[in-house]
Amino acid sequence: MILADFFNVLDAALRVSTPLIFCAMAGIFSERSGIIDISLEGKLLASAFAAACVATVSGSPVLALSVAMLVSVCLSLLHGVACINYRGNQVVSGLAINILMSGLTVVLGIAWFHQGGQTPSLSPSARFMPIELPGAAAVADVPVLGPLYSGVISGHSVLVYAAFLAVLFTSWVVYRTRFGLRLRAVGENPQAVDTAGISVAWMRYRAIIICGALCGIGGTYLAIAQNAGFSREMSAGQGYIALAAMVFGNWRPGKALMACLLFGLLDAVAIRLQGVPMPIVGQVPVQLIQALPFVLTVVLLAGFFGRSIAPKAIGQPYSKDR
Amino acid sequence: MSSADNTVHMPTWLRVGVVPLVNLSMALFVSGLIFWIIGENPIEAVRLMIYGAFGYQEAIGYTLFYATNFIFTGLAVAVAFHAGLFNIGGEGQAYVGGLGMALMALAFDDVLPVYLLVPLCLVSGAVFGAAWGAVPGWLQAYRGSHIVITTIMFNFIASALLGYLLVSVLIAPGSMAPETRKFLDSASIPYLYEIAAWFGVELSRSPANGSLFIALICAFGLWLYIWRSPSGYALRTVGFSERAASYSGIDARKVTVITMCLSGGLAAMMGLNEILGTQHRLLLNFTAGYGFTGIAVSLMGRNHPVGIVLASLLFGALYQGGAELAFDMPKVTREMVVAIQGLVILFSGALAYMSEPWVAWVYGKLIGKHVIVEGAV
Repeated sequence: MILADFFNVLDAALRVSTPLIFCAMAGIFSERSGIIDISLEGKLLASAFAAACVATVSGSPVLALSVAMLVSVCLSLLHGVACINYRGNQVVSGLAINILMSGLTVVLGIAWFHQGGQTPSLSPSARFMPIELPGAAAVADVPVLGPLYSGVISGHSVLVYAAFLAVLFTSWVVYRTRFGLRLRAVGENPQAVDTAGISVAWMRYRAIIICGALCGIGGTYLAIAQNAGFSREMSAGQGYIALAAMVFGNWRPGKALMACLLFGLLDAVAIRLQGVPMPIVGQVPVQLIQALPFVLTVVLLAGFFGRSIAPKAIGQPYSKDR
Repeated sequence: MSSADNTVHMPTWLRVGVVPLVNLSMALFVSGLIFWIIGENPIEAVRLMIYGAFGYQEAIGYTLFYATNFIFTGLAVAVAFHAGLFNIGGEGQAYVGGLGMALMALAFDDVLPVYLLVPLCLVSGAVFGAAWGAVPGWLQAYRGSHIVITTIMFNFIASALLGYLLVSVLIAPGSMAPETRKFLDSASIPYLYEIAAWFGVELSRSPANGSLFIALICAFGLWLYIWRSPSGYALRTVGFSERAASYSGIDARKVTVITMCLSGGLAAMMGLNEILGTQHRLLLNFTAGYGFTGIAVSLMGRNHPVGIVLASLLFGALYQGGAELAFDMPKVTREMVVAIQGLVILFSGALAYMSEPWVAWVYGKLIGKHVIVEGAV
């Protein structure tokens, strides 16, 4: 029974980690190019709303995904115009997007659907439903490995698996392609990239477009895979947790994935432990476990264990004439 | 290129006076578009909002009440800005500061008189808020952690901490809502209508209270500190260039920590208005995003106390007018104000430099000279 419990928690952890993984990878693209992106949260919320709206109206999850990605990319471009063209403060711009979206999604939601900011509940055909991996039913009775495969690994929405592909994709692009090399260079030393005849602005624009697209998938997952519709403030700080995971993972895809899974696991454990007395320590306050991702990130940033080093040129607008 | 006498720099009044107004109008224009999209009349909305914010005594009281919050959180952001620090942890600092005030109020409201207890709560709140700001400041100064990230994290940690304390520890016995018991009268700051009554003036009831005066004193004090004191000079030097500050013998690290203490303490003062002034108890999420609004206020007010007081009035009017609007227009909810606030931050903060060349061009056409904009693209 303990094993079954454990697998249940793992299963839940995978589900709650998914949006974190998309956002953390999105953040890596943006921040590796030198642009601080605290608007992950706003983009997640906006794309969740867009996905739910389109799925409600059209009934097509694929169309919903495309529009959500488009909306999120548009927000990224807005961030880009402010930070790249007009050399605005990147944190201010990100914050503006978060606050704007937190208000706008509710305003539009109420105006369009009259349900207090929620979108109508979606039918399964308009959502990305769990899929069963081949052979899941067949091996279910095999001890340990059977439930692990059929209960934990199988039975998720296709977007959960896409999240892991996104990590591979990010890792490959950032470390194995010419684009990735330039991306990292532009975040460390934009002058050098400029000297090599590569446009810093265009590099950064491409990075944040990818960032927007990935956030869009994360938002779609929230609204039409994990849940059956949009509810107000449904991103609930997950964009910020993803930001923490990215920092915790030292701006590296593999480590950030681990951080996302860890934070997801903490969340799943917190839900599981709600009201359950533990041996020795008694009831663990849920809030303590919820605060752990942030506490851990602060401690890591402080350099008490390990070290987390940001891209060197992060947060600085680039201008040729210096 | 034009000759030297045909070229002028952009005058200060244009940059400080006109450009922010142009930015604000752009934000309001886009807000108008949102009204139009959801099928409400933007012009009518503006009329209702202005009436809702200033049209009658009670409305003005509410506007001043909200403005008080914004003065505190705006000043908190501004002081950090002058030292080159971006404190987006005002929300958490105010939250923890509120805890500091509530603990004192709960402990001593049956023994101490109001003129001792309120200052005690003020100091305790300030210390709690300052401590919550000091830790990210210290981490930035001595451990090199980025203050933006750590203050974000500290907001969440504060929220979890207060959530735990209110749900499990401080909750009033027998209460279902996660909030403390109501404080006795000895822990409350008098309302403005009460103060007016002492002088024989009759005002209608509103939550505006004595904290407004404390806010204005803080604004004046901060101006003295930043522009008229040696430590303020050090603070601005660090903000201008940390290396230059070090060369002139200023301990930039110490300045960073002190500034964050000050910033956190100012943010915490918001609790005076909310906790001691009106709610008279500590409750979940009483900060309600005012800490973040402080960033918009500070940006709009160009980080100057006078600007911040004016911007606070504007945002107070926006909040109060928005609340009234939600009654009068069926499709509009209070979240509209949040969206407008986001647009204001976008246009007067992130896109602050966008309109400068346009304003300079128009001004240049008017005076027939070529106007140079510093720092433009």
